[in-house]
Amino acid sequence: MEHFALWLSAFLTLGILSFLYKDNPWYKLSEAIFVGISAGFWFVTLFWDNLVGKFWDGWQDEPMLFVGAALGFLMLLRLVPKIGWISRWPLAFIVGATSGLWLMNYLASNIMVQVQATIQPLFSISYASGFDAGWGAIISSLVIVVGTFTGLVYFFFSKEHKGAFGGAARVGIFFIMITFGASFGYTVMSRMSLLIGRMDFLLGDWLGMIG
Amino acid sequence: MRQEIPLLITAIVGIGFVIQYFIPHWPFGKMSDWFSDWFSIVGACAIILGALNLLKVSIEKTYRRKEDWGYAAVIIASFLLMTIIGIAEGRGFRNPGTSFDWLYNFVYIPLSATMFAILAFFVASASYRAFRARNFEATLLLIAAFFVMIGRVPVGHTLSSFMPIGWQLSDLASWVMTVPQAAGQRAIMIGIGLGIVSTSLRIILGLERAHIGGGK
Repeated sequence: MEHFALWLSAFLTLGILSFLYKDNPWYKLSEAIFVGISAGFWFVTLFWDNLVGKFWDGWQDEPMLFVGAALGFLMLLRLVPKIGWISRWPLAFIVGATSGLWLMNYLASNIMVQVQATIQPLFSISYASGFDAGWGAIISSLVIVVGTFTGLVYFFFSKEHKGAFGGAARVGIFFIMITFGASFGYTVMSRMSLLIGRMDFLLGDWLGMIG
Repeated sequence: MRQEIPLLITAIVGIGFVIQYFIPHWPFGKMSDWFSDWFSIVGACAIILGALNLLKVSIEKTYRRKEDWGYAAVIIASFLLMTIIGIAEGRGFRNPGTSFDWLYNFVYIPLSATMFAILAFFVASASYRAFRARNFEATLLLIAAFFVMIGRVPVGHTLSSFMPIGWQLSDLASWVMTVPQAAGQRAIMIGIGLGIVSTSLRIILGLERAHIGGGK
């Protein structure tokens, strides 16, 4: 069974990698298995965790869960074309809940917290330690303030990017390009790490060429 | 009724969540708990609906012998295999040693990891095009990506080991990530936050109606 599992994993791994040559039946077969298995995986996981775990185990203590179950049932009516429009009700619930949650959460985490984290004291002066800050930390804090402010200026399109405003927007672009470059580098590293993992499986676990 | 009731539901639920943020006590706290539970159940049904829809489309494709119907049949077979085994295993479906766990480890994991791993090749090809220093902005992108990549691998450490601590490539990579990258990231995050706040307000107030089938 262990050998069969290894060979099956290797067969599927090579099937997906074969797409690098071109789209072919082996890749399409592996892709179809991936789609079916993923859909089944999420179906089973959500069935046991949310429908059974949340609703079936909890409705005796909390009868209001039936409202959620009713909304969930209405969502499934999407599969019946004649009355599919009723699924807009649970959809409206999902959209309303997400909007209400995100409105406050993003206001707090993406706006308030980020502004607070940007505007920090450059140094502290106390009787005990006197002037307490390194020049490196001061410069870094200033770079963060300038980068965040000019980046926001760049995203403000209600005013034409000309003069001092345009200059600030241009500095903002520089910071945004650094951000994109760093994010790109980070993504390359993570994908390479996944690729190394698959090569390690093929050459090590499967073929036994590396120890 | 097809437009008004969904708009009303959206407004009541959205306003409910906003109010409970400021008044997390009874009845708003309880209402928020109900909404969160309903959200989990409806969200699960939405994903299950997606899976059932995939099954429906694949069955139709196979039944009508459309192009590539064989792959649609494979989708149906793999979906049914995973679902039947997962449901039959009961609540402990994820326990080590179960058939569901076997399928997860030897089919799902290799397929999903390889699917993301092949992106490395496409990213490498995109890098070749993006990392040409055509102007100052592109050069900044190139330098930032270079420092982040070289600073996080052993060869980067070896190459700059003669430099004083704090000036080695790994230190520069950390500085790029925590200072200029964080500044740009923060501007983007604040922009995204403002966009989400305004869009959420529009949805709750009924000005945005795309989710219920447009503005009619």
